[in-house]
Amino acid sequence: MNNRFLTGEELPFCKGCGHTGIAEHTEKALLNLGWSPLDVILVSDIGCHGIVDKFFTSHTVHGLHGRSIALASGITAGLNDQSKKVIVFLGDGGATIGMQHLIDAAHNNFNMTLVIHNNFLYGMTGGQPSELTPMGFKTPTLPSGASSEGYDICDLAMAAGANYVARIMGIGDFSEALATAFSKNGLSVVEVLEVCPSYGMKANPGMKLRQVAEEAAIEVKVYADRNHKSWEPPFLTAPDSLFSSFDCLPAMFTSSIEKPVRIMLAGSAGEGVQVAADFFAQAAVTAGLNVTKKGSYPVTVGVGYSASELIVSPDPIFYTGSPTPDALIILSNDGLSFARNTASRMENGEIFIDASLPVMNAAVSVIPIDFRNQAGPRNAAFYALFRYLTHSGIFPAEAMKKMIGESKLGAKINMEKLFQLP
Amino acid sequence: MVQAGADVFIGYPITPANLLYAYGSRRYPLFLSAPDEITTLQWMTGFAATGKLPVTATSFPGYALMLESINMAYMMELPMVIILVQRLGPATGTATCGAQGDITLLNGMISGGFAIPVMSLADTQDCWEIPAKAMQMASRLRTPVILFTSKEEVMTSYSYDISRFSGISPIRRNNWDGSGKYKSYRANEQLIPSFLPVGNPDHQVRFTASTHDEEGNLQGTSKAGLDNSTRIHQKILKNMAEYTYYELDDAHDSTTLILSFGITSRAAHEAVISLRKKGVAVSHLVPKTLLPVPPVYYEIASRYKRVIFCEENYTGQYRQIMFGYSSPDHISGVNSFGKMIDPSEIVREVLRDE
Repeated sequence: MNNRFLTGEELPFCKGCGHTGIAEHTEKALLNLGWSPLDVILVSDIGCHGIVDKFFTSHTVHGLHGRSIALASGITAGLNDQSKKVIVFLGDGGATIGMQHLIDAAHNNFNMTLVIHNNFLYGMTGGQPSELTPMGFKTPTLPSGASSEGYDICDLAMAAGANYVARIMGIGDFSEALATAFSKNGLSVVEVLEVCPSYGMKANPGMKLRQVAEEAAIEVKVYADRNHKSWEPPFLTAPDSLFSSFDCLPAMFTSSIEKPVRIMLAGSAGEGVQVAADFFAQAAVTAGLNVTKKGSYPVTVGVGYSASELIVSPDPIFYTGSPTPDALIILSNDGLSFARNTASRMENGEIFIDASLPVMNAAVSVIPIDFRNQAGPRNAAFYALFRYLTHSGIFPAEAMKKMIGESKLGAKINMEKLFQLP
Repeated sequence: MVQAGADVFIGYPITPANLLYAYGSRRYPLFLSAPDEITTLQWMTGFAATGKLPVTATSFPGYALMLESINMAYMMELPMVIILVQRLGPATGTATCGAQGDITLLNGMISGGFAIPVMSLADTQDCWEIPAKAMQMASRLRTPVILFTSKEEVMTSYSYDISRFSGISPIRRNNWDGSGKYKSYRANEQLIPSFLPVGNPDHQVRFTASTHDEEGNLQGTSKAGLDNSTRIHQKILKNMAEYTYYELDDAHDSTTLILSFGITSRAAHEAVISLRKKGVAVSHLVPKTLLPVPPVYYEIASRYKRVIFCEENYTGQYRQIMFGYSSPDHISGVNSFGKMIDPSEIVREVLRDE
């Protein structure tokens, strides 16, 4: 069986291009390590190096510019199989645009090897500089030469946590250096310095790769070689069942309402408005009603208003928008600020407002009740809903008492006391 | 979706999709928080290449970042479901306000104008059934599928009758088991190529985002390459009939059709009830399969003298997709920007000339 990693066809790169050496030495390294082509997944990117996948006999995945590392991370995570080898080919352009992915792969220590083909420029688009172009290096679009140091991608990969990081000179036989990287656990990164004969040579006549590296103080060395734990999938051993967080609520009570009733409860963040509304909604279900509930609160959920809009109905509820409510319950100043416009639009229904708040003018009856003083700020929402149920009779307050009593909150709230309040 | 066979939820949080992210973290066998939305889609594609079924949820700003990568997954023909929870735009707009403003975007999101399936949900029953169907479609047709919803659907709690939910069977992946050489993009008579994951020990697999032939080799503009690309579009069109879901509430003798979807279909439903109580006969079409537009919607629309599109966007996007920028006189719209459409607005439009 042909176990070669390259098809044997002539590689498609310009004469003298370092990409040819990387492909050939990758094959040699993998053969020396005893890998089989179908155990290897080569993930490539956009750039001249990316057209090589056709010439590999391994699995190949050819993705978007700069995204090959993230794509390969997903493949590595999806395979979760140490008997497979994921190798990423990308250029200095791909490493630049995909810097976040490189940092992230190093941070997670995904089990794969990145081979960065660094020829100091974007070869496929005409020789533009990358963020890895060294100081003074010229390209066709930067004839005066780069005026700043390129990133040290090896430093970055090492700092982000990659297990193995090395920079090598893409001259001669560097298959052993590649083999070392391929055999590491976790993320290994190899930056191979090379020359683009079409744009690099033309813009820098007579250049020598070693000289460019030396002048730019680009070190050829192993940056990191450690054996930190590689990424493992955080499988949930006992994921929630779809319905585990709530039991089916059987109808135990009755309601005599004949049309939908809309209630808005408006108070302050951290005072149990949403929780009380949830219990109200569940209680309505046990009274055989259909219910919808939605919360409103600022993006900074810990301060300001917290409001809940509830609809209970004997018939299915379709429209869940906000025409004016039948009952508006205002528990605090925050709630009043939020609900003032709603209150001013109400032509029917009732407004229940905490007695501490200023009396408001409205076209409907406004009933002050001492919610906060009687029940305390944290229980005011529960108390207000009890009071509203007793007042309106839309369904038995007993239903809400039962829902709370059977929950974890049952032990924390003195419901008998709330129930007996005036 | 987990019951249907979803393997992993990968996400980056964004309002108003956060509840789905939080839910994914507890419910899926594997949950991964990605550092951004581009990474999300790349990881998902990587998982899909290994035979897994990934899911994510996002809103427009995140979706915009995913766009190139969704094109990649589409071109590679790898299955996944992306839940788009719409909020008010443009740009970051208002994160806590619902909208139905991304339909035009989805209709043209694949470069070349190619078709990508978009499914919409109208009620709790749909929330149970449609996502599983979307997973099945993604897997069988080897394509990303978009689940189209909005803030008002995701962030509102609804009571429901659990006894109405029937069981969901896990998807069975039909991987290639032919003889001879496997080709990653050799399609069957339904234009769907058989799947094998990367890393399998028997056959070389190639996935490619660039124009490629049936072996997955780069092609430039060769006939083999172009034929393969257009096949992907045709694959979606050819198989959509099997995945066309809609509800038609056809009133006898009605000459007016209300067409609405998602959150707005709930207001339209209420408007229909109210109109019928007044003795006005009106019909109601609720597309669940939004895109590509199933031909049957044109056939249904042709039976009525008036068609009223109700959608929560400023410009009437679905109406434009179906009937163009200069729609015929008998086509009209009820639109809203920054607030839900009220049933009374729909009633008013139906009764406009009466």
